[in-house]
Amino acid sequence: MAKYQKPKTRSKMKTTPTHAAAAEAFLKDGERSHWHDDTLWHVRSKRDVAAQKIPEWENLRNNASQIKDYVLSNLDNLLLQFEKNASENGIEVLWAKDADEHNQHVLRILEENQVKNLVKSKSILTEECGLNHFLEDKGYDVVDTDLGERIIQFNKQVPSHIVMPAIHLKKKEIGDIFHEHLGTEAGADDPAYLTEAARQHLRQKFIQAKAAITGVNFGIAETGGFVVCTNEGNADMGTHLADLHIACMGIEKLIPRAADLGVFLRLLARSATGQSITNYTSHFHRPREGKKMYLILVDNGRTDQLGREDFRNSLKCIRCGACMNTCPIYRRSSGFSYGSTVPGPIGSILSPGMDLKKHSTLPFASTLCGSCTDVCPVKINIHEQLYKWRQVITKEGPSQPSKKWAMRFGGNVMSKPKLFDMMGKMARKSLTISPRGFIYNSFNAWGKHRELPEVPKESFKDWYRKNRKQ
Amino acid sequence: MNSSKEAIIAAIKKNKPGKLPLPEHPKFPYENNLIEQFQASIKLNGGLAKSGEGIDQIQQYLNEKFTSDQQVLSLVDGISGNFEIGKVKDPHELEDIEVAILEGDWGVVENAAIWLPEEKIIHRALPFIAQHLIVLLKVENLLGNMHEVYQKINVADPGYGVFVAGPSKTADIEQSLIIGAHGPRSMVVYLME
Repeated sequence: MAKYQKPKTRSKMKTTPTHAAAAEAFLKDGERSHWHDDTLWHVRSKRDVAAQKIPEWENLRNNASQIKDYVLSNLDNLLLQFEKNASENGIEVLWAKDADEHNQHVLRILEENQVKNLVKSKSILTEECGLNHFLEDKGYDVVDTDLGERIIQFNKQVPSHIVMPAIHLKKKEIGDIFHEHLGTEAGADDPAYLTEAARQHLRQKFIQAKAAITGVNFGIAETGGFVVCTNEGNADMGTHLADLHIACMGIEKLIPRAADLGVFLRLLARSATGQSITNYTSHFHRPREGKKMYLILVDNGRTDQLGREDFRNSLKCIRCGACMNTCPIYRRSSGFSYGSTVPGPIGSILSPGMDLKKHSTLPFASTLCGSCTDVCPVKINIHEQLYKWRQVITKEGPSQPSKKWAMRFGGNVMSKPKLFDMMGKMARKSLTISPRGFIYNSFNAWGKHRELPEVPKESFKDWYRKNRKQ
Repeated sequence: MNSSKEAIIAAIKKNKPGKLPLPEHPKFPYENNLIEQFQASIKLNGGLAKSGEGIDQIQQYLNEKFTSDQQVLSLVDGISGNFEIGKVKDPHELEDIEVAILEGDWGVVENAAIWLPEEKIIHRALPFIAQHLIVLLKVENLLGNMHEVYQKINVADPGYGVFVAGPSKTADIEQSLIIGAHGPRSMVVYLME
């Protein structure tokens, strides 16, 4: 491990549920788990169809990955160039070292402009910073306008997926939520009817809002502008009607040149949902006449991740969610089991860098099958980084004691051939004669949902010795 | 405020890897049948593209489809509406627009994205707040893919510009595709010879 910077321990909670424990809770409802799995696999399949239509797909992935390599290796200069150009365009650029400073910037802007109600389009960064709760505690009316986000906001949940925030909910449940909050008919669960109700409700919010907050998909260093992608048009409905626009951007979202968008936009929506592009791709360079536009550049642990040679590639992520849709663990355990803003494989390599203790079980929530790496549009070596985090975490300590002792025991046995032979013989004997409850119990996590393989009569060594003589 | 900027820049300088090269912009050729391919692409996005119709036919379609008490706003020469955009000071006044007729600069065949710079829409809110959207696009302005269109446009020239590739849509409820989330409930593109 070269140049490893130890992540901070930020969590105050004494115990954080492990991924396995949280996943177990979700898996209790077997039907829902299967439904969730099928739904996400369907999205993954659509991604495949879209990608296969593009003969140059692999070239695009390489190009995107190289552009992001360049960005990370030159991030300081590109950020300064971006700030200079954006300022000249009339955008006020602010810098935030961490989530708290980001939230304070937003609060100060709202106070200065005497705004109390605001609309928001999707922004994973503001989720990461806990902006909604921060503002709500201070008496602000924050309305999420992406349909999926509005649903979970009503339901007092966080997104379970970065592209499809309400993917964990069934239409029946959404019907109940809308009945309670929007007065739709009890029991009505037709998606068209529910979407229409949300449209009427949110249109009022758009018309009334004085401020709009958006995320940023891409910041363009060369031109000092930024791009926001949506299918619903909610980012635009908000920003073009409000007096001020606050855009929140992680510092790694930068690209050098406007024409690089050609590569990234071809990859983003196809990887996310199998669409060729989102229906709206908006390029903001200057505020409307007499209106204000702010852009907050947020670090919040990103520069630390940049210093970890083995993990810095994770900063290339363009938040398409493809790794979640393909992941056999994510599909079966849902986004909530990760307990981190960005769930799934990419979240499991980003989050340990933010808080190693809190997220120490996430790199283990993987089969290391590598499917995430195969679909990643910017070629992040996700499964390799998961494996590397495991090494860091195991070395650092707080692995589960049972696992630690088992590993130590196993290591000891395997380092001594005679002991290994003897233990093998004993195991073959005892596993065949032991009563079931002796083997399948709470001490054997492996046997919880599966049967042990049939015990062979002899070891391979014995078999080989015997057969070679013949 | 500046101390955070300095701290971030200093941390990047300390932590960033050695400089890596910036690749050239890639070029990929695109096949023919631009009109058919554009039509196929926009259909997947929930929109519709017609070809072979002229201004007169579009006007006739508008007259049949929309009644005189509905607000029709046209920014295209030769097509008349009943709503004067010149007098609009605040985009909130566009709230009840039923249909907006606009002209796009460029169309991208691989995904049906149409470039609408600010000067072509007057008010940034217009293509979103209207209940229905009609966009005219010259066939000669069809391009193959996104690489080509970014060579044609200057994104920083307008204060705002948008690629619109279809009507407003969502699939946030059990992945069911619904057209008309917040913005236009339909989008029809006329490809003009």
